[in-house]
Amino acid sequence: MTSPDADAVPTSLRDDAANAATRGLGSGFMVTCQVGLGITLLLLWQGASGRLVDNFFISNPLDVGTRLMGWIADGSLFLHMWATIYATLMGFLVGSVGGLILGIWLGVSPFTSRLLNPYLNALNALPKVALAPLFVLWFGLGIESKIALAAVLVLFLVFLNTYAGVREVDQDLIDSARLMKATRAQVIAKVIIPSAMSWVFAGLKISVPYALIGAVLGEMIAANRGLGYLVQFSGSQFDSAGVFAVLIVIALLAVALNFLVEIVQHRMERWRIVGR
Amino acid sequence: MIDLRHVSKTFRKKEELVDAVRDISLTIAQKEIVAVIGPSGCGKSTLLNMIAGLYTPSSGSIAYKGAQVSDVNTDVGYMTQKDNLLPWRTVRDNIAFPLELAGVAKSERAERADQVIKHVGLDGFAHRYPHELSGGMRKRACLARMLLYGAETALLDEPFAALDAQLKLAMHDLLLKLATETGQTVVLVTHDLMEAVTLADRVVVCTRRPAMVALEQRIELKRPRDVLNVRFTNAFKELYDTLWERLRVEYHEERV
Repeated sequence: MTSPDADAVPTSLRDDAANAATRGLGSGFMVTCQVGLGITLLLLWQGASGRLVDNFFISNPLDVGTRLMGWIADGSLFLHMWATIYATLMGFLVGSVGGLILGIWLGVSPFTSRLLNPYLNALNALPKVALAPLFVLWFGLGIESKIALAAVLVLFLVFLNTYAGVREVDQDLIDSARLMKATRAQVIAKVIIPSAMSWVFAGLKISVPYALIGAVLGEMIAANRGLGYLVQFSGSQFDSAGVFAVLIVIALLAVALNFLVEIVQHRMERWRIVGR
Repeated sequence: MIDLRHVSKTFRKKEELVDAVRDISLTIAQKEIVAVIGPSGCGKSTLLNMIAGLYTPSSGSIAYKGAQVSDVNTDVGYMTQKDNLLPWRTVRDNIAFPLELAGVAKSERAERADQVIKHVGLDGFAHRYPHELSGGMRKRACLARMLLYGAETALLDEPFAALDAQLKLAMHDLLLKLATETGQTVVLVTHDLMEAVTLADRVVVCTRRPAMVALEQRIELKRPRDVLNVRFTNAFKELYDTLWERLRVEYHEERV
């Protein structure tokens, strides 16, 4: 549970500090250094492989590149990527809608939230990954079980944030709306939900990487496609080049997702004033 | 119009019982402006909350226009030191909020909101958000919202306490103007004796907690009042001294 303000302010401060530090040197110089570091590491990797460490364990950049090119050429990489992206997005969607509904519902009904409190705590404390075999039983080996695992990870994060946001709503605002003849539904729609929005967005933001984790883990446990399946399959074939290749793709995918979140957040910035 | 009979309110704070209001009986007539004054934290706000139906009295009864107040009293407008404007809505959307709740069409809402915005002197600020306004402007927006809602009674809980002296005077002027125009009944809770005497037809002095009525004083100053100059008249000074004499006792006892 992160407060949106606590989350937002330090990040921007850190960015400012980083910007100030690099501005003196020129950002072009920093990019050159970063690329240089990457190339150096790749060269060290290539050099160490087969000489310092057995190629079997760490493979080498050239083999990894060849493996990637091969997968791209026969199109199988895109098939697996698409499976993972689809499971991630669907899991995120299902989980966040579920978390939102649950958070708002429990947030506005004190009786139910107290009733369910111990059970929700127990469920939340449970490592959700342990549910994977159950999801395979229920939803089969297909994409549905991966969506379910991603969704359940997202659901709890979004639920906890939404719930906290709803409980944080200023009672005076609710009272003043009630004095103006607002019905219960109007209070929820026009006061509680908008007021909790910044918390909801914070929950959505932190849960995006978890959707990816859920999808990949689900694929590792039982699947016939997806990046998680591919990394598992390569490992079982003792194909370390293949494992590294998939890891790179997953890392790139994660970076792309974070970038997407940043863009969406930037557009939603207007809503953040809500937190005051 | 508002009839309080032997009203008491006791809060339970953990294991401790706290008496906020004890045995207050008070009758407020229609179109009357009554100021309730007393030391800070004496239970004056609790009194307003009970008239608004947000709290139920522990004993005694409150009648509003002859009917028991048992649920939220939607005939009143409530204004506190905090503005209670919705921070994600523009000034216009905040002011039009009661109309939106009542299901009035959007174009009519905007039109009527713009009228009251002009009336309280907020022209040009309709599209601003509350946090972009000064404290005085936010008060104006609250008054405008109450005006548009058409509340027949205004409950004001130290509404201008956070404003500087000049702004306060401007707000007093606006408040009296609006109350006269709409024929509103006003119950004003304050700890500022100058404000109480300037605005009210009657001042009720409360004791320190638990709040009881220590003194009721009619304020026979002519209306319409000149909020800036009325304080320099002899009549004002006499009333002020009488009330202060009684109020001082409460403050004095508190310090001991």
